[in-house]
This record gives sequence, C-alpha cells and structure tokens, in this order.
Amino acid sequence: MRFSETWLREQVNPDLTTEALVEQLTMAGLEVDSVTPAAAEFSGVVVGKVIAMEQHSNADKLKVCSVDVGGDEPLQIVCGANNVSVGMRVPAALVGAVLPGDFKIKKSKLRGELSFGMLCSEQELGIADSAEGLMALPSNAPVGVDIRDYLSLDDMLIELDLTPNRADCLSLDGVRREVALLNKMPWQPDEQKAVAIGHQETLGVTVSEPALCSRYLGRLIKGVKVSAQTPLWMQERLRRSGHRSLGPLVDITNYILLELGQPLHAFDAGQLSGEIVVRYANKDEEIALLNDQSVTLNDDVLVIADQSGPVALAGVMGGKDSAVGDDTVDIFLECAFFSPEMMMGKARDLGLHTDSSHRFERGVDPFIQRRAIERASQMIIDIAGGCAGPITEILDETYLPKRLPVLLRAERIAKVLGVTMAQGEVEDIFQRLGMIVKRQEGGWLITPPGFRFDIVIEADLIEELGRVYGYNNLPQQSLLMHAQLSSAPEAVLGIDRIKDLLVDRGYQEAITYSFVDEKDQQTVAPGEGIIALQNPISSELSVMRTTIWCGLLNAAYRNVSRQHSRVRLFEAGLCFKTGGSTGTIAQENMLAGLVLGSQLPEQWGESSRKVDFYDVKADLEAIFALNGLAVAFVAQEHPALHPGQTAAIKTKAGEQIGWLGVLHPTLEKHYGFGTSVFLFELKQEFVLNRCVPKFTPLSKFPSVRRDLALIVDENMPVSRILSEINGFEEESIKEVIIFDIYSGEGVEGGKKSIGLGFFIQNLTQTMTDTEIDGLMALVLDKLALNLNAKLRD
Amino acid sequence: MSVTREQVLIEALALVSDAQDLKELDQIRVRYLGKKGEFTQQMKALGKLDAEQRPIVGQAINHSKEQFQTALESRKSALQSEQLAKRLNQEKIDVSLPGRSQSVGGIHPVTITLRRITEIFKGVGFEVVEGPEIEDDYHNFEALNIPAHHPARAMHDTFYFDPHTVLRTHTSPVQVRVMEKGTPPLKVIAPGRVYRCDSDITHTPMFHQVEGFVVDTDVSFADLKGVVFEFLRAFFEKDIQVRFRPSYFPFTEPSAEVDIECVMCDGVGCRVCSHTGWLEVMGCGMIHPYQFTGLAFGMGVERLAMLRYGINDLRLFFENDLKFLEQFN
Repeated sequence: MRFSETWLREQVNPDLTTEALVEQLTMAGLEVDSVTPAAAEFSGVVVGKVIAMEQHSNADKLKVCSVDVGGDEPLQIVCGANNVSVGMRVPAALVGAVLPGDFKIKKSKLRGELSFGMLCSEQELGIADSAEGLMALPSNAPVGVDIRDYLSLDDMLIELDLTPNRADCLSLDGVRREVALLNKMPWQPDEQKAVAIGHQETLGVTVSEPALCSRYLGRLIKGVKVSAQTPLWMQERLRRSGHRSLGPLVDITNYILLELGQPLHAFDAGQLSGEIVVRYANKDEEIALLNDQSVTLNDDVLVIADQSGPVALAGVMGGKDSAVGDDTVDIFLECAFFSPEMMMGKARDLGLHTDSSHRFERGVDPFIQRRAIERASQMIIDIAGGCAGPITEILDETYLPKRLPVLLRAERIAKVLGVTMAQGEVEDIFQRLGMIVKRQEGGWLITPPGFRFDIVIEADLIEELGRVYGYNNLPQQSLLMHAQLSSAPEAVLGIDRIKDLLVDRGYQEAITYSFVDEKDQQTVAPGEGIIALQNPISSELSVMRTTIWCGLLNAAYRNVSRQHSRVRLFEAGLCFKTGGSTGTIAQENMLAGLVLGSQLPEQWGESSRKVDFYDVKADLEAIFALNGLAVAFVAQEHPALHPGQTAAIKTKAGEQIGWLGVLHPTLEKHYGFGTSVFLFELKQEFVLNRCVPKFTPLSKFPSVRRDLALIVDENMPVSRILSEINGFEEESIKEVIIFDIYSGEGVEGGKKSIGLGFFIQNLTQTMTDTEIDGLMALVLDKLALNLNAKLRD
Repeated sequence: MSVTREQVLIEALALVSDAQDLKELDQIRVRYLGKKGEFTQQMKALGKLDAEQRPIVGQAINHSKEQFQTALESRKSALQSEQLAKRLNQEKIDVSLPGRSQSVGGIHPVTITLRRITEIFKGVGFEVVEGPEIEDDYHNFEALNIPAHHPARAMHDTFYFDPHTVLRTHTSPVQVRVMEKGTPPLKVIAPGRVYRCDSDITHTPMFHQVEGFVVDTDVSFADLKGVVFEFLRAFFEKDIQVRFRPSYFPFTEPSAEVDIECVMCDGVGCRVCSHTGWLEVMGCGMIHPYQFTGLAFGMGVERLAMLRYGINDLRLFFENDLKFLEQFN
C-alpha cells in the first residue's frame, strides 16, 4: 500500500515531521517499507503555454516555439518532442533551472536558433520512469506558476508493508484512523450523501451464492462521457499510489479503492445481455479478462455473469468484453462484499493477484458498500457526467460477517502485558479504534467495527492495547519460571563431540542443500526411493537427498576446480527415503564425509602421501572409539563405490550402519576429480549411543607378550582371524595386535604372513611358561583347523 | 732416583693435560695407575728400599699419585663438559620450522552460530528438540492457525511434495509437536533447517532457524521482552539497543518483530540497515492462550551469523568454498 503523504495529511495532519510520522506508523505495527519523494529534485520549472510554433529551418525534428511563461515577453524555446502543439500547456524549464541529475538549463543555440529554456516530459522531471513526449498539462493550468507548487510535488510517497491481519489499513481512511488514534486527534470519515436519482431504470441482480456474496449493490449510470479528462489532482494521487490514469471511470473506481478500501467495477451496460447473476462458474467455462488473459474456470470459482456467460471474476478482475471502452455510454456500477473465505487463494490459483483480490481476501468492510457506491457515483457525475438510477441491493444478513462483543477482563491486561492500565485509557483507545465499548463487572464487552476482521478473542484486544500503548513502553523483566536441574545423560554422545573429533582430524564442516539434482542422485544412489518436490526451484534442486554424498561431491568438485588439491569435508543432517510399499517417508540423521588429496598437508618433515582407505578408516575408528561401539567392516559392493575398496559397516548384531569406500573410478571420471575420492556415511543413531563405563578390577600380575607369525590365504580378511581368536573367550588374552602384514619373497604364492602380538595376563596368578605355551598351542590349533593357518617357519 | 720420579710425574701431568678425549685419558690412567702402571711399579719397588727410606719414598710416591689423580679428574670433567657442549651444539635445531602434523579443520559458521544460540539458552534450562523437515500440512500450517489459502501462507512460499506434505517453512511445527506430548512447564529451543521456494541475492531456498518457546502458568509479555533482550545482548556480547514492533504471526498474539541497533554502523545508518539504524532480527509473541500462558520467538540463523561476522552474501553459506569456511576455524 503506497500513498501520498499530503493526501493523508489533508484530513489528519499531526504536528510531526515525515520522519516522525513514519516512525510512529512503524512502531504501531504498520511497517513503513520506504519513503520516497514524489518527484526528483529540480527547480526553475513553471507552467508554460505554447503560443506559436514554427518548423526549425535547419532541423526536421525540431520546432521553434514561442512560449508564454508568465513574463513580460514570451520566450523562444526550441523543442524536439512530437506532441508539441500550439495552445498546449507544458512544464517549461527556464534559464537557470536545475533539472534532476544536476542538469543546468542555460541559454543555448540549437542549429542556429536561440533557445531560452526547455519544455519537459514527465521523465525529465523525475516524475515517471519513462515518457512519450512532453507532459501535457490541463488547459486551465495557471501560466507562470512553479510546477512544483502546481502539482504539489513537494510530497513524499509512503509505502506500507502491511501484515495480513490489518486489511483495514489498505485504504487512506484506514491509515488516517490510525494516525488520528496515535496522535489523539479527532477524525471521522466524510459523510457521503446519496446522489440525486436521474432515471428509474435498474438491472436485475440475482445472487445464487449469498454465503459468498452477502451484499451486492449495483446501479445504472446513463450517459457518461468516457472521453472526459480525469482531474489532475486525482491523476496525481493515483500516480503516487502506483496507478496509471486509464480514463475517468477506471480512475474513479481505483480512487475509491485507495480512499475507502472498497473495490468497485464499472461494466459497459451496453455490452451486458440481460440480468446479472452472481453464481459459481460452470466447469470449464471460459472468460477473457481485462488483462488480455483468457482463463478456463473451475466450478469452485465465483463469477458475475449475465445471461450469456461470465462477465467478471468476482472480486478479482472484470471481463474484457464488458469493460468500459471508448464507445461506452451507460455503465453498470458494481459494489459488493465477497467473503474472505471464498476469496482466499482463488486469484492465486489462476495466477492472478489484483488490488481487488488482495483486499477481499483479507477482508473488506461489509458495511461500507453503500457509502462507496454513492461516493463513486458522485465523482462519476461530477467528472464524466451522466445520471444515476436507483441502487439495487441484494443483502443476506445471515451471511454478513458478524461482529460479536468480545469480553476483556481487566486482570488479563495486567497478566499478559505486565502493566496496569487506567479504565479511561482502555476505553479511549478502543473507542478511537472505532469499537463499541460496554463496561461491565471486572472488564468490558467490546464490539469491533465491520472493518476489523482480526478482533475475535480477548488476546486480539490485548494486542491492540499493547500496540497503541507502545511495545517499547511496556515493562520488561528477566524470565522467572519453575526450574529443574537438567539431566546429564551419559549414554548419549552429542553430535557436536563427533564433529569436533572430525575437525581435530582435519575435516571441514560443510552444509549443502537437502535437495539435489535427480541425475546426481540416480548416479550416486541408484534405486533408492526418491522423493521429488512438486515445485522445485530448479532441476538441480529437485529431489530430496537420500545420501549426503551428492552434496559433498559437488562441494568437493567446486573446491578442486578452485585449486584445492586436498579436501576433507563432512556434513551431518537428514536424508530422505520412501519406505517400501507403504510409501511412508523416512527421515534419518546421517553423518557423511569426503576426503581427497594427500593424507597430510604438504610440509617439510613428512613425505607427501595420498590418503588411502586405512587413513579414512582410522577416522571412523576414532569415532567408534568415542562411543565404544563394536563394528565390523565387511567387504561389500555399493553402486557408487570401488568394488574392491568398499566396506559395509555393521554392528555386532549384523545391522548395517554405514559405508566406507572409494568413489568408483567411473564416477570419479564422470565428476572429473582426477584423484581417488574417499567417502563414508554413517547413521547417526548408532554413533550417538555410548555405553556407560563399568569398572573391572586391575590385575596385579605381570603381563606377557607372545608373538605369532601366521601364514594364511592371501584373501583371508584379518577380521576373520581376530574374531576366531575372540571366539575363544579366553580371559587371559587381553589384547591382540597386528604388527605386520607381509607377502612376497619367502612366503608361498597366494599366501600372506600376518604378525600377531598377544598380551596375556591373568587376574589371579602369574602364568607359567607352560601355561602360556599351552594357551598359544590351543590358539594355533584352532586357527589351523578353522582357517588353515600355519606357523611361519 | 728422586729425579726420575719427579720426571715421571711431570711427564704424566703433561700427558693428562694434552689428552684430547676421555678414551685417551683412560689410557693414560691405566699407564700410570694400572696393575703395571708406572706409579704401581714404583710402589712395588718400595720393598727393595731400606726400612728408613721406605716411608719417605712411599709418601713421595703417594703425593705424586695424588697430584696425578687430581689432574686426571679435572681433565676428565673438562673433557666431559667439552663433549656435552659439542653434542648440544650438534643437536641444535631450527625452532622456527613449523610442526609436523595433520591439519585442523573447522565447524561451519552456521553451526558455530547455532551452538552459541543453544548454549545461551541451555544455560537457563532450555531443552533442545528437533523435528522432521518433511512436515505434514497440519503441523506446518493448520495447527499454527494458518488454514489453507490464508494470506499468511503467501508469505511462506512453500515447497510441496503433495497437497498435504511440505518441506517445513519454519521451525514452529516443533512447538506443536512438543505441546502434543509434553506438559508444562516447558522451555524448549528448536534449531534446524527450513525451506522456502525463493532464491535470489538475499534468499536461499534452504536456511536455518531457531524457534524458542516457554509455556508456564504465568508468563507475560514482559518476560518475552526480557528473554529476547537478554538473548540479543548475550549473542552480540554488546549492550545494543533493542526495540519491539507490533507485527502479525497467526500463532502468537500479541506478536512483535524485534529490531536491534545496526551492529555495522552502531545505529548511525548504513547500507546494511537501509539507513534506518535498525536491523530486523527476530519475530516473537505470546502463544495463543489456553490453560497456560506461553511465549515464543524465532530467529534466522544465517542472518545472525552475517551480522555477527560481517558476511555480506547469504549464498556463501551453502557454496562450501574452503576459502570461506576456513575463515571460521
């Protein structure tokens, strides 16, 4: 909602600067979005009248004009505009004038002809963004008067960004009411007298859907002159609110919309066939709209129809065929109340948004229609002539919005706002807001006016009090409430701890979009149940990620292409999958990482080495060391990963909790990395649980180390050997380490040698060599039996 | 005879003082004090002397030996010092060389900001709760008093999966979910990702919010002002000016927008605050009253991070350029 400050002040003019007024509006909840001058800075421009004109002898496009600017002698001014004509009144910049952009007007010679000034367009005066030719002023514009005074250009345009609940301020009168209230000034909207009835003709109106249109007023105005000129003051006010002048009838309905907040529509009565019906559209009925758009309607849309079909979308826009045009003589003026519930979303569904739909959706005063149609009629008769017929009003009071009294308890004011307000002050505020206040025991019954759709419960009234009292004048206090000691759950590991661990191990946290390119998604995780957005912002962000890898790969690639040869990224967040046949959506918190480049940053003391599987595995093991979770890394294939360097990560119970692997060389090439990319992803659920430690007694007896060098098949996973040893459940074996892996010379082909170190300790006694030898022999036997392992010679 | 003994001593002392290392010194020690050493020989030869002469000569030999031993010890300790000094000199390193190590990474600035926000509230007993990002229409809108086609929905630019399933447009649905289950008193902070179908210089289709709310028997607007005011001062670590403007959210009443004095220009007016001196940072209000009273507030995390660190482009947060991320390590 944008309006001219002088228009506002015409009726309510508080003793405040523009700045203070704007601040006051903002702090009362009518946020001022911008304040801009009505015209750019300029000076020295007056109303001029072209009294004579000759073709320039040396230039086809130039005219030499004689212009009366109110001085003793007319001035010679050379002009290049197409629309210049004798008798025309135009803004004339005199010698010494300064136009916007610090453009100084000097006496000059144009192709040999002297020019003592310049005739101006709206664009040159900074009133409009573009212009075709000179600005034509009305024929009664007083010659010689400064154009800034004549057009009241020393004005500011105030733009309000209104919240949806304040539809009442989508009009000048609404804002005036607020300003009067805030400054404790008297103000009442203008009285509007009924216009004289000049003929008795009416157009029949039937409202088939009174629930959606509880009030419909219409009247025929005959013999209007559509060629009449809209008065300059009205054109200027409309312009300052963002409306172009489109002829007197449209201008007047727009003016009433801005002034009173009531949308009206003028039909060309000559184009209407038969009576008016307010009804639902028939399915697939079509209408050509004023904006040259044709729409096919659904049967949930309300239309204004005549006997041949729809002539307007109720409350949104009129039809093209019945619109006022150059040949219009008689008009049918419509002024109705359409319910917000009916209007909500309808225009939007059709891809439309108009000043009218904006207001009806939020709520137009259901009691203002008669005043609005009388005011519009009066203006039409005054400006375009014609005579008005009687008003036809179709009213169904059962559907007219009710304004019920709301109880306000005095003690609630103190309880919610924390301040005690005097009885008189409360009553004064509500009365100024146009409400009916009835005092009763312990509080008031308050009935809101028709234009307030947002006052329904007690909290609405309290909010109004707080708003007018001023939020910043209300008290402030430290929060006091029931306190409980917070718990310190030990079995939960915060994700922050894991993030910090990764950071300490050289990873940088990334945050990528939760939606990704469907192609990327299919490439990285084919076959996952994809969830697609109905209205994605672009195809690159069209489906929900099933894995964080898509985002990390793109982020890594972007960094690689910006000359980073070493990238270590991780991200934590939700991934989304559809769950099987039921189609339910699973949202699971994941933790993923990506590593490429050298294991260590390039430095003087360590030779540069590419990161490998075991480096990244160590990072994961560090995470599992934090939570004590026993996991197995099992060789398994993943469509996005290298078949020989990929592990599924599983719990003891066999539940898969993640993946670790190298990006498949085909994909590596597809992305263009040119180096191995390591990826991991874990389900957070399994990472964030931790066992609360339980003490076990310390042994007082010495620990003994025994080493075994075993020969096993080359393909034998070490984890098999370790789990075989663990299967012993021999308490004396405290720990087994792998200190060597070897194949090559000295070891039979197809075999490898594994060096194992056993740490043996008993809780109750020192173990003898014989006992230890016996234990090791048992271990060896079992490994030989189950895994075909041999002792290395 | 005595001349010879003296010469032996002189020669021995000369050898000691000329010795260049501990090994040579030890050889000298053996040569004079070993089983066959010269002083040992002299002592053995005492038996051949007269009983009268023996004590005199013996004393003289002992005297020589003592002199020799003193010289030997002193030379030994000198050589040891020299050797240590030499080793220390050899072991000298360039302490200015950087340490050998893995690099240290860092946390994303959005996470840093989220951590600071939650830490401030956790300190006074707020609980951190998270909710789903794919939400149903009921929790995201209906339950928050935003029915279908409500004009407030137009402010949300929602991503849809189907007519009833959306990407949450705010963290407020967590409020609904907590109240469905919990019983007051409640003090909750709900951080997380939210989504709006909007993308330009000042909007990204995904961003982060923190919703906070308190429900108890006696909570007033004064408490709301207090908690918001104290939070903002704690977050910016500065005694900034804070103002509350009436506004509208369908699920709170009274509702307010919160402005802080522009942290870029200290309220003087600059490009960041559109020359108003104020920056809008939060929305808040009193939760619609039923049996209890409650307050709620919500803030955009990227916005706070941008103001805190002076970041001038929202889109940087999601490009994950290491040159950007590493600035917050």
